[in-house]
Amino acid sequence: MPQIFHRSANFLSRASIIGAVVLIGLLGIALWEITMSPWYTDQDVARQQPVPFSHKHHAGELGIDCRYCHTSVEKSSFAGVPPTQTCMTCHSQIWTNSEMLEPVRASYRTDQSLSWTRVNALPDFVYFDHSIHVAKGVGCTTCHGQVADMPLMYRAGTLYMSWCLECHRQPEKYVRPKSEVFNPFYQPPSGEKQLELGRRLVAAYKIKSLQNCSTCHR
Amino acid sequence: MDREVSHKNIAVAEPILGPGHTLGSVTDKISSIVLTPGVTKGWLGGFTVAVILFLLLNVVMTYLFAFGVGIWGINVPVAWAFAITNFVWWIGIGHAGTLISAFLLLMHQRWRTSINRFAEAMTIFAVMCAGMFPLLHMGRPWLFYYMMPYPNPMWMWPQFRSPLVWDVFAVSTYFTVSLLFWFVGLIPDLATLRDKAKSRVSQVIYGALAMGWRGSAVHWSRYEFASLLLAGIATPLVVSVHTVVSFDFTIAIVPGWHSTIFPPYFVAGAIYSGFAMVLTLAIPLRKYYHLEDLITARHLDIMAKVMLATGMIVAYSYLIEAFMAFYSGSQYEKFMLLNRMTGPYKVVYWGLITCNLIIPQSLWSRKTRRSPAALFVVALIINVGMWLERFVIISISLHRDFLPGKWDMYYPTRWDWATLAGSFGLFFVLFYLFIRFLPMISMVEMRSLVHQTEEEKLHV
Repeated sequence: MPQIFHRSANFLSRASIIGAVVLIGLLGIALWEITMSPWYTDQDVARQQPVPFSHKHHAGELGIDCRYCHTSVEKSSFAGVPPTQTCMTCHSQIWTNSEMLEPVRASYRTDQSLSWTRVNALPDFVYFDHSIHVAKGVGCTTCHGQVADMPLMYRAGTLYMSWCLECHRQPEKYVRPKSEVFNPFYQPPSGEKQLELGRRLVAAYKIKSLQNCSTCHR
Repeated sequence: MDREVSHKNIAVAEPILGPGHTLGSVTDKISSIVLTPGVTKGWLGGFTVAVILFLLLNVVMTYLFAFGVGIWGINVPVAWAFAITNFVWWIGIGHAGTLISAFLLLMHQRWRTSINRFAEAMTIFAVMCAGMFPLLHMGRPWLFYYMMPYPNPMWMWPQFRSPLVWDVFAVSTYFTVSLLFWFVGLIPDLATLRDKAKSRVSQVIYGALAMGWRGSAVHWSRYEFASLLLAGIATPLVVSVHTVVSFDFTIAIVPGWHSTIFPPYFVAGAIYSGFAMVLTLAIPLRKYYHLEDLITARHLDIMAKVMLATGMIVAYSYLIEAFMAFYSGSQYEKFMLLNRMTGPYKVVYWGLITCNLIIPQSLWSRKTRRSPAALFVVALIINVGMWLERFVIISISLHRDFLPGKWDMYYPTRWDWATLAGSFGLFFVLFYLFIRFLPMISMVEMRSLVHQTEEEKLHV
């Protein structure tokens, strides 16, 4: 009776045992890498805006306070996107002929809002409130990254639930004095010192490590 | 002296193999069913019906995924009805296969030889049907993997305190072990088919599946060892899987669910319904393929006795359930039982008692146990009874619990029935393909049975 399979079938069948395990492992790693990649999360990806507004210039170089534009951050869940009028407080006086700012002036003339692209948007099933975070010593840059270094705005975090939970589980690692919340240049003390400060602030500000599902998913 | 007696016993005991069989004849008889080209009219007819039902299942699933579980009759308070009933019923069916293949192997019960292969296949297909239902019952079935603990960007584990998560582990373990056990058992038979096959395609397919089996002493010793190990792993599953399934109910506080008797009661019920299903499949199979020599009247007799024994355990559980409802002094428990017996679903309850308790009493008679036709009817009735039992436990308990204000009725829609019918389609499509393409009786074990029978003849 002739052989059904070639001799190489012996090797192939043995190799396929290890091969299957390796393949499944690689597939898992690949899936994880895709899930965490900027391509999927938009982390670190600068978004196109109707006007190339630079936080680096306004918040960093000029030192305009965050709250000058994001007025409702201390009172409301939503930090607020400024109306064109806010831009025009300065730009009716300076750079009045700039080509780049024409859409802003057009918006002011026609009373049509500029339609900015949201960069840090959470899904609708997540309840998030800026005011409580700001009131408990979570700085703007803790979540939004080094805004003062961003010529165009991008997401500093993945906005995954794990990213939220990182702080909710160990707030002492991230919290800062209330006086520093709006300081875009604040540098947290390194390592053990931050933990020491953090623990003190957690006690002083009565910060609770809220991890119940219904805290955010109401 | 002892020895003589034992030999005498064997000589007296009815054989579990028809007379005149040799190593070659059993192999030829079983393998010819698979290797004869083409299909018989009977097979084709049955397969066509199965495929139609399977297509119905596909229609149901498409409609279900598009419109959600609202197409079924479920609503608060009866949020669990047909789908969960079917799940428990199908998974219960599987238990007989595992009991026969693993537990009886460890117990050296040789009569299992001719029925274990297709009983195991039945287990695997039944678990597939069962596993489908919780997924269909999910609001968003495409997120079923949330039930598995895997590294994820939500930093969330499943709720390990929930019996529904235990279920996922119990059922997936059960499926994996059953499949492995079945496949390992098939390997020498696949090699036989490879060697006997005429066409190149069958040779390659059976050859690849036989994984290079040459029947050397090393192969046999490893085969035996692997079978024994897998039997050791599978045996606890006979008890554990349905125990975990029963936790889905006992962990909740609903009267009619919250009961400590459930685990043993469910396991007995599972084996009861499983053996009923084995008989439902075995009786037509042996008739159609003329396998009366291999699946003898004695086999049917033994299986009927197992059914009777487990049926009595189930009956005892019904009795205890009723007794405890009154003994508990809890008005909710008492009401639950009275509602079952006299409430709007009383027909279902008494149907269950008739099917599971009264009619199976006919199995005390040797005449019934020896008559394939009568046994087939009883087995079918028990299958129906066990389905009704799960419906009684699950849905009737839910429809009237603590607050009369939220009482409501559950009526199955046509989609409920179509899903149930469709699951039969899936099961029988797989089963028909199995009997066409794989040996439905283990040739290897039958050959060793022939050998042992010969030896015994020499010694007597």
